[in-house]
Amino acid sequence: MRTNCLRIAGLALPEAERHIFFGMDAQTTSAIAIDQLVKRYKGVAAVDGISFRLARGSITGLLGGNGAGKTTTIAMIMGLVTPTAGTVTVLGADMPRERYRVLHRMNFESPYVDVPMRLTVRQNLSVFAQLYAVKDIDGRIGSLAAELDLTDFLDRPTGKLSAGQKTRVSLAKALLNKPEVLLLDEPTASLDPDTADWVRSRLERYRAAQGATVLLASHNMGEVERLCERVIIMKKGRIEDDDTPAHLLARYGRETLEDVFLDVARGRRQSEAAQ
Amino acid sequence: MSVSDTGLEFSFNRVAAMVRRYWYLLRSSWPRILDLIYWPAVQMLMWGFLQVYISQNAGFFARAGGVFIGSVLLWDILFRGQLGFSISFLEEMYARNLGNIMMSPLRPAEFLLALMIMSIVRLAIGMIPVSFLAIAFFGFNLWALGLALAAFFANLILTSWAVGVFIAGLLLRNGLGAESMAWTIMFLFLPLTCVYYPVAVLPEWLQYFSWALPPTYVFEGMRALVIDHVFRADLMAQAFVLNIVMFAAASLAFMKLLQSARAQGSLLQTGE
Repeated sequence: MRTNCLRIAGLALPEAERHIFFGMDAQTTSAIAIDQLVKRYKGVAAVDGISFRLARGSITGLLGGNGAGKTTTIAMIMGLVTPTAGTVTVLGADMPRERYRVLHRMNFESPYVDVPMRLTVRQNLSVFAQLYAVKDIDGRIGSLAAELDLTDFLDRPTGKLSAGQKTRVSLAKALLNKPEVLLLDEPTASLDPDTADWVRSRLERYRAAQGATVLLASHNMGEVERLCERVIIMKKGRIEDDDTPAHLLARYGRETLEDVFLDVARGRRQSEAAQ
Repeated sequence: MSVSDTGLEFSFNRVAAMVRRYWYLLRSSWPRILDLIYWPAVQMLMWGFLQVYISQNAGFFARAGGVFIGSVLLWDILFRGQLGFSISFLEEMYARNLGNIMMSPLRPAEFLLALMIMSIVRLAIGMIPVSFLAIAFFGFNLWALGLALAAFFANLILTSWAVGVFIAGLLLRNGLGAESMAWTIMFLFLPLTCVYYPVAVLPEWLQYFSWALPPTYVFEGMRALVIDHVFRADLMAQAFVLNIVMFAAASLAFMKLLQSARAQGSLLQTGE
């Protein structure tokens, strides 16, 4: 791993997170703590010994090419996949063993799942609201619909909506329980630039209002640059770099995160890239 | 670790949410509702007319009026009960909604209870009209069986749930590649549980397998009631004990398969 971050017990920490290790228990103060996490499928490592911690209220981008291990990492954080080795702690709960302690405080959006298409938007949201024990379900659906511009579609079957509208429904589902930890896997994939920008602004607003911790896996470098205060770059199941966008740009001598990503993906060293 | 950490905490509110989700789906689609009634009605009419024909030509069948119709109606409770459970589960996979469900606070036991409730709802939509058709066409009144019907129903629905729970585990572990099991596994019970003939018809070695299956006791009990007018409570009690064992084994298998699905990462990718 090539990084200028502080190393403590094998963990690379960006400057913003270093205080966590001094005088506090990192596993309880971090929203998400991942330690030496490994996932192997039939002997092949999808995730290969990664460690990082996300401070509460932070927004972090998880970058990497196809097969880098981003989705598997997120799935382990959600408790959907059991690690082969290492630990995942979310809001102080060991995942997946203690997942029911914290699942009601988390939510996610992923291109691998849909909300049922035959149900109306209102039916879908009310079912999920009940699953998450949301108080004042009608009020919450009403405010989310207004916030995400869904009011006119609430009684329409979800399957009849456009791709952008469906994404907003998925986002509404992900925000229903006002999650403290929000995991987003390609939240703006397949959206036109205008709708994608609109979704990003809503995510920024939500994070600012709720102080939620957001982990965002994306291939869209502009999105990560705009939203994230920290970027973790994965390649072949390992963390290749972990820093703030500004530090990454400076160290690689690049003007965009996309160029940094390409340097990492193509195995160019920071020194070579800077030249 | 508190009880809630282990996932043992139970919420009827979350069960109700899932039942509501399946009810919305069912009522939004008339082909789904029609499908619940269509095949049980066809089966009942076909076996009913066959019985009418045979009873006109054979003394035994004339005496045992309604045995075929009774068999087919009870078989449909077993078959449709399992199918109702499994189809509701499959709907989550078709809708690519399983990730949302598994990531929500819904506990596995709550999910399974919601599927059981839906299997009864679907069964009621299909079987109640068909049972009245049986009265109209053949004068066979299933409801006249009274308490015996309750005992038959309880045992058959328990078996159907046990099989449904096991199939749900297979689907979680193997994705839609295991879908055909959901549609066909119950047909293994058709010859072995002796739906239309007595156990004595089977070769002796096969009878041991047959008596290991709870529905065998129900179908034998139904024939005892319709032909000999005797309610065999002993058969129902034995079926119930076997059902408890079968349900416990299926639940254990489900939890193991769910554990394996988490290890294999198959909960997010539930395709073929």
